[in-house]
Amino acid sequence: MRKNKNQSNYMVHRYSPHEKETPALLISDLCYRYNGSYALDHLNFVINLGERVAVVGPNGAGKSTLFKVIAGVIKPSEGVVSVYGHEPSGHICIAYVPQRNQVNWNFPVTVADVVMMGRIGKMGPLRWPRHKDWEIVHQALREVGMYALANSGINELSGGQQQRVFIARALAQEAELILMDEHLTGLDQTPQEDLFTILDALRLRKVTVMVALHDLKTAAERFDRVIILNRRLVGLGTAEQVLTPAHLKEAYGGHLRLVPTIEGVLVVEDTCCDEGEHNHA
Amino acid sequence: MLEFFVEPLKYAFMLRALAGALMVGVVCAVVGTYVVLRGMAFFGDALAHSILPGVAVGYLIGGGAREPLFWGALIAALISAVGIGAISRGTKIREDTAIGIIFAGMFALGIALISTVRNYSVDLSHFLFGDVLSVSASDLWLVAIFGGIIILMVFVFYKEFLVLSFDPILAITLRLPSRPLDYLLMLLIAISVVVSLQTVGVALMVAMLITPAASAYLLTRRLPVMMLLSAVFAVLSGLIGLYLSYYLNIASGAAIVLSATVIFGLVWIGQAARKMR
Repeated sequence: MRKNKNQSNYMVHRYSPHEKETPALLISDLCYRYNGSYALDHLNFVINLGERVAVVGPNGAGKSTLFKVIAGVIKPSEGVVSVYGHEPSGHICIAYVPQRNQVNWNFPVTVADVVMMGRIGKMGPLRWPRHKDWEIVHQALREVGMYALANSGINELSGGQQQRVFIARALAQEAELILMDEHLTGLDQTPQEDLFTILDALRLRKVTVMVALHDLKTAAERFDRVIILNRRLVGLGTAEQVLTPAHLKEAYGGHLRLVPTIEGVLVVEDTCCDEGEHNHA
Repeated sequence: MLEFFVEPLKYAFMLRALAGALMVGVVCAVVGTYVVLRGMAFFGDALAHSILPGVAVGYLIGGGAREPLFWGALIAALISAVGIGAISRGTKIREDTAIGIIFAGMFALGIALISTVRNYSVDLSHFLFGDVLSVSASDLWLVAIFGGIIILMVFVFYKEFLVLSFDPILAITLRLPSRPLDYLLMLLIAISVVVSLQTVGVALMVAMLITPAASAYLLTRRLPVMMLLSAVFAVLSGLIGLYLSYYLNIASGAAIVLSATVIFGLVWIGQAARKMR
């Protein structure tokens, strides 16, 4: 049997080639129940190949939960998640980029070590990194502009550099669906610009990217489509289509102030903060 | 000067003690890096205490022979590890509470069993604090074989344990068998604890797992270097501790642990001084 390149070498019996003509991600009647209530309530949507999608919503809206279900970290209570035509557990082409505050930055590893971790699904058990793996790691680091820091400890990095290391790891993993969980939170303008330059390059390679974020302005300006989530799917479409007062009121309720300006544009103030979102995994 | 170092080595029991302390030190130091990095110190301490009933049963059955103690300890450690996992996963009880319940319960059972024999306090203190000076040649073989297997496993599953410890979610998305690997690591910690029983006893065991590894953690940013430094500190503690024990006539296990603690203190102060400059 010829092995597919998206298959983990740890579970040889799973064979999940990417079906042609299937969307990157198909979510159908997806529910996740936690302590008797719905953390995700009957979601239905489709994300196309190479699309860049923002996921916004208040704290506790289920953004992290949705990403973990898509990544196969937690199992949905009901419904179907199909990644390139197969259930999540058949793939290692999904990269989950964690919130930066959930990473132990004092762990004794270098930048190159972290990126090499993305390779081990392909390496399989009882193997050490080979020349080809190191080449891929170095290439990934060059693409995000971190090659010079390959041998630095991860504790020495700035916020923007930390983020680029994890994107390099997703590249080394040869991920085709990248899920970034609140990764922009707390980053300055320049590192954000750097990130979008990298994401633009990924788009050319048809890598599909979903980013959970708080900043509605960034969501509106930098993404193909926006998902508004508050346990239910409040809206999905281009920024003009979904970032409407009605949708935002529905998603955020009293946690948001809508301020009309002269041009009729809405200035939106998100009063939320970093904490809140449940952690089920 | 040379005489100072050579004199204790004239005794066969000192040579055996040295071999035992060094092997155990290295094994615990290497496994201990994961105990420190994953915050499993309480688990390690609990596992050490919970082997007591196994040791007691081995002692009551074997009447002083060594092998039954070893196997009894291993079985008790496995039961405890599985019990902790089952309670914390199967109920809403948190893992630290589950560890506490199993730890105290097993320890109490051990004390109860040992209290049925006549010279109760002598035997109990032997298990609690160890006696590396009475290590036999067959003990050394057991330590060598099981210690060798542990080091080999840490080497073979190096990259898997690394990912599992640094980023468990990545381990899942890469389809690593996370659960079996977690159990394997627990098993390796359990076996390390059992082979160390003779050296420091159950009460001070956790120091062998975490103190050299913690000293190494302060000094390096690379995991292989941390393992190596940890082993070096463990060897130093074993040597210094045994010479202290010989010349000052203090309990060997305590002397080894104190040496490891002093090394940690020196490393810590050195780090603090370097940061101040």
